[in-house]
Amino acid sequence: MRRAVFLGCTIPARQINYEQSSRAVAEALGVELVDADFGCCGFPIEPLDEVKALSMAAMNLKKAAEAGLDVVALCSACAEMMTKAKDVLSRDDATLRKVNKLLKAQLGTEYGGESPRIIHFARMLHEDVGTEKIRGLVKRPLEGLRVATHYGCHYVRPSNLYGGFDDPEFPHTLDDLVEATGAESVDYMGKKDCCGGGILAVSERVAKGMTGKKLGTLAEAGVDALVLVCPFCGIMYDRYQRLIAEELERSYGVPVLYYPQLLGLALGIDPDELGFDINSVSTDGLLEKMGV
Amino acid sequence: MASGRAVVDVSDADARFLRRLAAELGASDLSRCFQCGVCVASCPVREFEADFNPRRIMKLAKLGLKDVVLRSEFIWLCSMCFLCQERCPQDVRPPEVMTVLRNMAAAEGIAPPNLLKLVDLLAEAGRVYPLDDFTEDEREDRGLPEVEAKPEFVMKIAEAGR
Repeated sequence: MRRAVFLGCTIPARQINYEQSSRAVAEALGVELVDADFGCCGFPIEPLDEVKALSMAAMNLKKAAEAGLDVVALCSACAEMMTKAKDVLSRDDATLRKVNKLLKAQLGTEYGGESPRIIHFARMLHEDVGTEKIRGLVKRPLEGLRVATHYGCHYVRPSNLYGGFDDPEFPHTLDDLVEATGAESVDYMGKKDCCGGGILAVSERVAKGMTGKKLGTLAEAGVDALVLVCPFCGIMYDRYQRLIAEELERSYGVPVLYYPQLLGLALGIDPDELGFDINSVSTDGLLEKMGV
Repeated sequence: MASGRAVVDVSDADARFLRRLAAELGASDLSRCFQCGVCVASCPVREFEADFNPRRIMKLAKLGLKDVVLRSEFIWLCSMCFLCQERCPQDVRPPEVMTVLRNMAAAEGIAPPNLLKLVDLLAEAGRVYPLDDFTEDEREDRGLPEVEAKPEFVMKIAEAGR
């Protein structure tokens, strides 16, 4: 299985643990990840200029089509933006004309409807690799580990873009993937709540309040880790956890893992290859509990 | 648009604004909004900012009150979680309406400064988080492949019209 891997802006610069563990896991599962010359998906500037955002997404679609490869995106926002671009540009001629005018003027090219398959990395694990195969490859079952899943917003929503993948109200694919490792997926209140990362630049107070709410619930539930699949969510729950705890005068101590880090442990990959040293909240207790 | 200001002057309705909204794909179903409030009940932002009210924004936009809406700080506070979009019985797609309104406001120069900086950053660095030497070294140490530091197509698209 070969896929073009889409890293986006945040992961290769600020969440290398997600990239490192994803590459390690892909290799162990026999998925070849090919690096193409992608650039920003457009999502960060969509609120300001949707035409520019769609133009960036369209260029990435063209690059994937040129490489003749389907794309897996590690970031939920990148996956959503490019999926949205395929949808919008296929049915909104006025927007397509604006995008092509911009691409023609700035780059001397046009978007010709190139539509490679774009899916999230976790969706690929669930849909293309499959939990049965994953179960079969587990060398170190994570039995006794109680983890909470965080789907974030763009992984399953807006559901009209994702062709029936998962359930926007009662999502289960990430829980299925967690349980394939032998760990227990613990249900909790506010599971679908947004991390707040999307409005960090607009209101830190509101964004951090949203992050802190979930961390408080999880600290009370006494889970071993929060597992997620989006770098914005990772930054909010992991990197900002200590800061938010100080500001809200709370103490959380909830380790935050990217799903490929959890899966990598179960597949018997050395934790040094999974970027645990980059995690902000210590994962030592969790690794000790698993005997690694 | 403070919460206390419940009364608006509908004679300020801007017909051209309404025509533009109707022509945008993201806002094309705004007229279907019947003010049920499912968006408000679903909203995770509202718990931390009681004055944030997506139903009110839909109503003001539907009334054609362009200046009130485009100058409202609240159009920028939607976190784009899409929960309301999944639940809206009229398929209004409130987050997409927010994007249309934000784009219109930004075109008039109204936007949070932290967001406006992003276009400049992409035009100049090609990335929202530029790859510095420290990061490139760390990537190399971990055996991660080199990535394009400054994707040119991103810079060229971002700098259009600046």
